[in-house]
Amino acid sequence: MDIIQILISENFWAASLRIATPLIFGVLGALLCEKAGVLNLGIEGIFAAGAMAGWMAVWLGAGLWGGLLVAGLVGGFFGLIHAILTVPLGLSQHVSGLGITMLATSVSYFTYRTALPKVSSPPRIEPFQPLDIPVLSDLPFIGPVLFQQTAMTWLALFMVALVWWVLNRTPLGLAIRAVGDNPDAVDAQGLSVYGLRMGAIVAGSALMALGGAFLTMSAFDAFFFGMVNGRGWICIALVIFASWRPGKALLGALLFGAFDAFQVRLQTQVGAFLPSQVFLMAPYVLSIFALVIVARRAEYPRALLTPWFKGQR
Amino acid sequence: MTNPCVLSLNNLTKRFGSVVANDAVSIDLHRGEVLSLLGENGAGKTTLMNMLFGHYVPDSGSIDVADEFGEMHPLTLGHPQAALDAGIGMVHQHFTLAESLTALDNILLGSESLLSWRHNRNAARRKINGIMERTGLAAPLDEPVGKLTVGERQRVEILKALYHDARILVLDEPTAVLPPQEADTLFENIGAMTTGGLSVIFISHKLREVLAFSNRIVVLRHGKKVGEIATEDADERVIARMMVGADTPATPRVSMEPGAKVLELKSVTVKGDNARTTLHSVNLSIHAHEIVGIAGVSGNGQSAMARVISGLASPDSGVMLIDGHKINRFTPPAMQKAGVGRIPEDRHHEGMIGAMSVAENLVIERLDDPEIQKLGFLRRKYIRSNAEELSRTYDIRGPGIDADARLLSGGNIQKLILARVFERSPRLILANQPTRGLDLGAANEVARRLLKARARGAGVLLISEDLDEILALCDRVIVIHDGQLFEAHSKDRQAIGLMMAGENIC
Repeated sequence: MDIIQILISENFWAASLRIATPLIFGVLGALLCEKAGVLNLGIEGIFAAGAMAGWMAVWLGAGLWGGLLVAGLVGGFFGLIHAILTVPLGLSQHVSGLGITMLATSVSYFTYRTALPKVSSPPRIEPFQPLDIPVLSDLPFIGPVLFQQTAMTWLALFMVALVWWVLNRTPLGLAIRAVGDNPDAVDAQGLSVYGLRMGAIVAGSALMALGGAFLTMSAFDAFFFGMVNGRGWICIALVIFASWRPGKALLGALLFGAFDAFQVRLQTQVGAFLPSQVFLMAPYVLSIFALVIVARRAEYPRALLTPWFKGQR
Repeated sequence: MTNPCVLSLNNLTKRFGSVVANDAVSIDLHRGEVLSLLGENGAGKTTLMNMLFGHYVPDSGSIDVADEFGEMHPLTLGHPQAALDAGIGMVHQHFTLAESLTALDNILLGSESLLSWRHNRNAARRKINGIMERTGLAAPLDEPVGKLTVGERQRVEILKALYHDARILVLDEPTAVLPPQEADTLFENIGAMTTGGLSVIFISHKLREVLAFSNRIVVLRHGKKVGEIATEDADERVIARMMVGADTPATPRVSMEPGAKVLELKSVTVKGDNARTTLHSVNLSIHAHEIVGIAGVSGNGQSAMARVISGLASPDSGVMLIDGHKINRFTPPAMQKAGVGRIPEDRHHEGMIGAMSVAENLVIERLDDPEIQKLGFLRRKYIRSNAEELSRTYDIRGPGIDADARLLSGGNIQKLILARVFERSPRLILANQPTRGLDLGAANEVARRLLKARARGAGVLLISEDLDEILALCDRVIVIHDGQLFEAHSKDRQAIGLMMAGENIC
């Protein structure tokens, strides 16, 4: 078998990073929401909404970065609905989140069908192109892996650093961490529990939508039904795997990307005597094992899933 | 008082529904003063302070606070931020700390602009170290708060208030959670703070510390200010009378002839993981018309004993008889059927279900009783009338019988438990720390009920860390040490104290 050959091919590592990119956005978004104490199961639908909105904006004439902005705004909007339902109203975060997933997914499909009632194959846009950086791109191995990714992958990596910095190095991040640990502590210092939680959910949801937008604006060049395909749920698991740390979130996303890239390549090599579904399943099975090993030691934000009401202590 | 006034509460009134929590309360606080706010549970102390801190909006009245130049300004009511800005710091009874963050981060929280791009941790650390040196408040700054002791957490709370430049510090029952020696340290720290010009209001119902550490005492009763006195003119009797409204007569205890054995433990052994949950071959009998006190330092096996008698644990060996019948199944319902009434140690968690109504909590130990249910359906009418009657008889005060039990104050929760237990006329009453954390009035009520049950013919096992309580109530005193029981031959305080420490055990 040529497993070694797969592992040393530039192509495999480049694919891992590419597959990981939407997950990086998603897992950072989910992490931000959960750090503030709110689970956002709307992620799967927000991915679809981001994918749809970004692509459609570009198709209607916006630039690629304009498209990303639109995707972020749409994601933030669905996040706001979730925030209103779960924070001041204190409703079940699970129920609201699943509702957002159904709503956002359906609205995206509906919009697509309304705008393009008769097409059988969706119109294509000109997606983000690999950033070709002179000299660096020509480095052996590292060049093709790192410097043939699109700007969105770089944006994702930058977001990891940004989220880490905000959470660990700024007063705002301290307040977000505190509100996910003990909202009473935040309230006692005269800060707004509602404001912080809602802000974190909106920002986190915007990040999730960028993950969706990557699918239509970088990985592919058009919108398809069902293209999110469980990526949102994977992010929810990866947050736990990452123990709510941005750095580990990056690691988890890359690991999953590598599993996925690996199984595709393995399939072509030994696919003859194993059904392809086994390979498709592999990354998820491995994720579950990784989760079992890591999650036992995970430190949950202590107020996760616990609604907080003003004036009630 | 010669010092200028820094805070004045003017005619503050707050109602919750039909309950008047505070009725036109006016208090002045002077610079560098320690003012005690004293009152029974439910007297309105915490409500008053919550209005000061902006958690509640008063129905009427106003608050004036001095700025750093000593000029009085009206405080915007209902906004914690306004209170913080005015230099008021509050240390709640239940700490408001984020446990997974470090002490330093907890102190920093809310002190910097949220738009700022980075912390200034070094400057903060210098300032906090300065405060620690000045006041003697010491706490490790870089440990997560969850790993600190209760005393350290409290000091972090106080440091937090001082870091935010509090000129007025409110401490809500600060010693309720502290072991005695840490409480003394706390008062030393407070002394150091007030010499620096800080004014302190401390809420308490412990007469001893109020008399020892405050300059002035304000007493609240049923939401009204009923007395104000300079501490040097006060003594325990005077304040107790103000708090309760009349001299509380010590509950008279008539001597009684013990009857038949209601509880017998024969060589009961429990193998626990630690001293708290271990019993070594214990023998004990309790008769009707008898209160037996178990004295001891906590963690010497009291917990194991209470768990066995209430059916939460079964002994590894030995025999237990109730009313002469051998117990074979150790489950809580079986023990209740056998005639055990249980007043649990942790009344909030083991004594009631907070999210259920007062009425439901009152019948929760007899759900199979045909009075309560018929064919599996609750008889709501009976449950309500039962609750109304018991609330009257046992004086359970609160927002009503349909309100969640968690809304009751500690004393009223205990009354609810007493009502539930005593209404069933149990043969044996297991009272585990029944007066811990209760104010004078509620504690007396517990004592009165226990004596009444004894007169009726019940046997009472009273587990308590309060030796005074045991000496006042019990017919016999037994000392528990290291999972073993030792009978005290006389009610001699000193001898019992030595036995509790594990000395002079014969």
